[in-house]
Amino acid sequence: MANSQTVSFTLNGKAVQAEVEPRELLIHTLRERLRHTGPHIGCETTHCGACTVDIDAMSIKSCTVLTVQCEGTQILTVEGLEQNGHLHALQEAFTQEHALQCGYCTPGMITRAYRLLQEIPQPTEQEIRYWMAGNLCRCTGYQNIVKAVQSAAAKLAAQPA
Amino acid sequence: MPDTNVVARERADQLQGMGCSRKRKEDARFIRGKGTYVDDIQLPGMLFGAMVRSPYAHARIKSINKAKALAVPGVVAVLVADDLKPVNLAWMPTLGGDVQAVLADKKVCFQYQEVAFVVAADRYAAADGAEAVEVDYEELPAIVDPRRALDKGAPVIREDIADKTEVGHGPRTHPNHIFTWEAGDKAGTDAVFASAPVTVRQEILNPRVHPCPLETCGCVASFDKPTGQLTVYMTSQAPHIVRTVASLLSGIAESKIRIVGGDIGGGFGNKVPVYPGYVAAIVASIVTGVPIKWIESRIENISTTGFARDYHGVGELAADKDGRIRGLRFTALADHGAFNAHVSATKFPAGLFSICTGSYDIAKAYCRVDAVYTNKAPGGVAYRCSLRVTEAVYLIERMIDVLAQKLGIDKAEIRRRNFVKAEQFPYVTAFGWTLDSGNYHQALDKVLKAVDYEALRREQAQKRARGELMGIGISTFTEIVGAGPTKACDILGIGLFDSCDIRVHPTGSVIARLGTMSQGQGHATTYAQIIATELGLPSEDIQIEEGDTDKAPYGAGTWGSRSTPVAGAAAARAARKIMDKAKKIAAHLLEVGEGDLEWEVDRFRVKGNPSEGKTMKEICMAAHGSNLPAGMEQGLNAVEYYDPPNLTFPFGAYVCVVDIDRFTGETHVRRFYALDDCGTRINPMIIEGQIHGGLTEAFAVAMGQAMPFDENGNHLGNTLLDYFLPTSMEAPKWETDWTVTPSPHHPIGAKGVAESPHVGGIPCFSNAVMDAFAHLGVTHMDMPHTSFRVWQQCNALGIDKR
Amino acid sequence: MIPRPFEYHAPASLPDALSLLQRYGDEAKLLAGGHSLLPMMKLRFAAPGHLIDLGKIGELKGIRQVGNEIHIGAMTTENELVWSPLLAQKVPLLVEGARLISDPQVRYKGTIGGDIAHGDPGNDHPALMLALDASFVLRSAKGERTVPAGGFFRGPFVTAMEPEEVLTRIQIPIPGAGTGWCYAKLKRKTGDFATAAAAALLRAKAGRVEFVRLALTNVGATPLKAQAAEQYLQGRAFDDAAIAEAARLAMSICEPSVDQRGDTAYKTAMAGEMTQRALRTAASRSQ
Repeated sequence: MANSQTVSFTLNGKAVQAEVEPRELLIHTLRERLRHTGPHIGCETTHCGACTVDIDAMSIKSCTVLTVQCEGTQILTVEGLEQNGHLHALQEAFTQEHALQCGYCTPGMITRAYRLLQEIPQPTEQEIRYWMAGNLCRCTGYQNIVKAVQSAAAKLAAQPA
Repeated sequence: MPDTNVVARERADQLQGMGCSRKRKEDARFIRGKGTYVDDIQLPGMLFGAMVRSPYAHARIKSINKAKALAVPGVVAVLVADDLKPVNLAWMPTLGGDVQAVLADKKVCFQYQEVAFVVAADRYAAADGAEAVEVDYEELPAIVDPRRALDKGAPVIREDIADKTEVGHGPRTHPNHIFTWEAGDKAGTDAVFASAPVTVRQEILNPRVHPCPLETCGCVASFDKPTGQLTVYMTSQAPHIVRTVASLLSGIAESKIRIVGGDIGGGFGNKVPVYPGYVAAIVASIVTGVPIKWIESRIENISTTGFARDYHGVGELAADKDGRIRGLRFTALADHGAFNAHVSATKFPAGLFSICTGSYDIAKAYCRVDAVYTNKAPGGVAYRCSLRVTEAVYLIERMIDVLAQKLGIDKAEIRRRNFVKAEQFPYVTAFGWTLDSGNYHQALDKVLKAVDYEALRREQAQKRARGELMGIGISTFTEIVGAGPTKACDILGIGLFDSCDIRVHPTGSVIARLGTMSQGQGHATTYAQIIATELGLPSEDIQIEEGDTDKAPYGAGTWGSRSTPVAGAAAARAARKIMDKAKKIAAHLLEVGEGDLEWEVDRFRVKGNPSEGKTMKEICMAAHGSNLPAGMEQGLNAVEYYDPPNLTFPFGAYVCVVDIDRFTGETHVRRFYALDDCGTRINPMIIEGQIHGGLTEAFAVAMGQAMPFDENGNHLGNTLLDYFLPTSMEAPKWETDWTVTPSPHHPIGAKGVAESPHVGGIPCFSNAVMDAFAHLGVTHMDMPHTSFRVWQQCNALGIDKR
Repeated sequence: MIPRPFEYHAPASLPDALSLLQRYGDEAKLLAGGHSLLPMMKLRFAAPGHLIDLGKIGELKGIRQVGNEIHIGAMTTENELVWSPLLAQKVPLLVEGARLISDPQVRYKGTIGGDIAHGDPGNDHPALMLALDASFVLRSAKGERTVPAGGFFRGPFVTAMEPEEVLTRIQIPIPGAGTGWCYAKLKRKTGDFATAAAAALLRAKAGRVEFVRLALTNVGATPLKAQAAEQYLQGRAFDDAAIAEAARLAMSICEPSVDQRGDTAYKTAMAGEMTQRALRTAASRSQ
């Protein structure tokens, strides 16, 4: 591959490396080289949010980031939310509140909600809708997604720090 | 002494069967990002295919030069029509009785039509290769307006069938004509119109829109040379139909073709047709001997895959002065694009459009659809439409409001006057459909009470006096789903039955396989719930499989809300075959006659001696042992191929309240109350989720979706920048309610529900917007009701100034 | 979906970035947040041979008060603007404007400098900068200059920047105490560009306009300063008639392009509507 370079970053807590051309998009590196197929591709114009991952504590659409830009970053995908067999409160809430149907938007949606709750632990319904507006869903109409985020927020708030 | 009813209820609860809002079994993998969608699949040696597509809507191909593309590092092959001809795959039959070019042969007929297929080591090289293919076009004038398609001297789009007098559905009158279909009693209806005291007529457009599921279409095709086995992982809502078509196309024995539908990221009808990309990938795999992945982009998805609607309709109603409808005449000019490629039951080229008498008792009716070719992408039947039912219901629900406005009758009252009454069911419509069951008055009354309709009308009167725009939209729809009885419903000769194959294990867990294909509807959960209640075994232990044609029994797939009506019925009946056998085993073990046994939740009991019984779990083990009635085979298994006696007719009553800003045209959906009756409710939580989703898609269609073209057939808004998919900010909040009117002909009384909110929602939003302007003399406004278009209405009325 | 190949540079300092820019000339494009440039490259509407990523250059970050001005590093993201306590206190118009740009994920990457330098008439910061009388610090290998926002935007994707310049800093005079603000943006949906938008600053004393600024987004080839409307309002009693006339004057300078958002008549009328909304809201926030 012409012009390729080695990029090192942390993915869900593990050190990884990839050899990529500058033009390779992070979403492709994650899905195809690193076999993390949680984040999905739903468009090519940076609208749908299905590719959302968490990079250095920010929700980022990984289709609009070059892998070479991720040197030394900490990346979290939906696959990294379950810890030691324990689902994250958001993952449980999405099931309890029926916040998914086909599941395609779900990884990006949960990953975005994760960062939202880190920054705004007790969001109102309107705040959830505003801060999740970068993730499209065709199946649920968002109503149960809002409920799931609210439910997870309550659960996380009740946990000892 | 424990209360046996309580104990029985507890045992029923533990089954988590019918009627219970149990959580979904499929969620476990999706919340972890462990679904297997087609683009997740990687096979050894796999190559990637990218399409080269025409920039022109209508053009001759003068030449195609592959040289530069083949020189791009990583490019392995470039296929064009000439490469497909030797294997007879340059053209393929469509599900609509037409033929479609897999790769354009001598000419292109719609913008972005497939011209060449570049195969490369990875998607990056494939993209570079696709850009490097040089195609020389000679542009031709394009037909974009279907009303021009049948003009004398109009450019001929389909030269390949120029000499064909029929394309699957009766005589053609013009090279750009596809078919004319009619139903009902024309003479009788015309007579009613001639003598009716009141008639209304309105031109009503159902604009072209696109289902746009979040996952685009794609496949991984893998032909294994040594065995001659073709495996295709595919975004397909109908894997078995695809397998049969693939066999007919390729000549490969159907037993050597395996189609695998895995996890699919939304279908909505977009993933029923067989697209050129699939065929090109199959051919490429045959040619190269390795797996080929093809995944389309979003622009390709919107621009080339099955769109929906594009019906240019005229609605007419004939009525008495009190609003009682005596006759209905609906016609539509249908723009099918360049190929008739959507799913079409052979006898119903216009789908189930003749449901257009709706929820009303109308004595005389006639409808006619004229379908034409234009230089646009092929399609028409898609998008949660249940086969043109969105078009039909939109027409009748708009027309009854038009009639109400003409006569000054309240829009709820006029519906009450015209509803089929509860005692009239089963009711045969003027078009010959037998509506299985319904109670429309009850549904409407419940909804109007819930929203306090009278108060809303009073509020509206006050707002109108102040010059404010407030609209109340009503939609009382009857759906027709569950295709369908094979005598009437077939695709390319394959009847629309469906199937369920149940195997019960000795330890009391179950595997059931069906011929349908979930794309998010929750089948792994709901079918398990049906079987759980029938067999008395916990749904948690019932595994459901769909989509792998090697394993699943033949079925027509999931579209048109047919899964519960057809495959759900098959599941219940297969389970009942098992129960027949189980009862015999129980009787044998208990040494009583079958007539001495009664079934309670999960066990057979001896009548009058309840402590004597056998649980289903015990019977499961016994069925695999030696103590069975003489001559009985071991095992508890059954297969049912179910040919439904009728379709099913879910219905609903929806009310929508909108407030419109007359200065900007912005519409705020204040409230949307949706009551649905889908008969027996299997999982209320899943039903509610379907309603939310269907209503949100209806909102998108009514309020913002469009597929604009310029006069040369160029797309003007084929990305998500312009194609309106609501975010969490735009999506209204939904209130759901229900009544239960079981289907008398369905084994569990269930009707199917997922498309109802879309079918019923679209006219509800439209009616609300229209109602906001009704007092100013507006009878109809075409969708989409974007701020721009609504403002244009305000501007035309002179009310957009302070 | 796949860009054409290019070479990637991630200079650690501004002088390094500037010399790369000088070296590669018009084969190079600066990469700020990348959420305007990369989508264009993915559709192959742009194919620079070299990308110079400004993301590692620390001196391009930061929001600070310097005297009577707020200085914002060009690589400050929209999200950083949204959450800035300093801006919330001193230049709330910018917070309101940033909140209305695109969607949450894009705002983590999109930068104020990128939004300004791109020259897209659909972007929101340009009108906000006009309304705020902002100025831009431009640096090249040859030196540095500071230019006012007024006159910076020359046409669609054309600004006053020279090819080898980097926008390093935005400098905004802090609006006087008691100045109300509003950015009113009409859009088809969240994440869309403006159908029409108006940025307003207004301070009224005893019902009369003491200070007013008004600028419009996406109704011309550049952001538009509604100077006639400003001059008309200055000193005038702030009532419905004045607001209506100001809106009419704002509408009179509009030359919107026709697209799926609307035709000329609609977009112009909406510029008027957004002007009214922005002025009224700004006035209500004026103390």
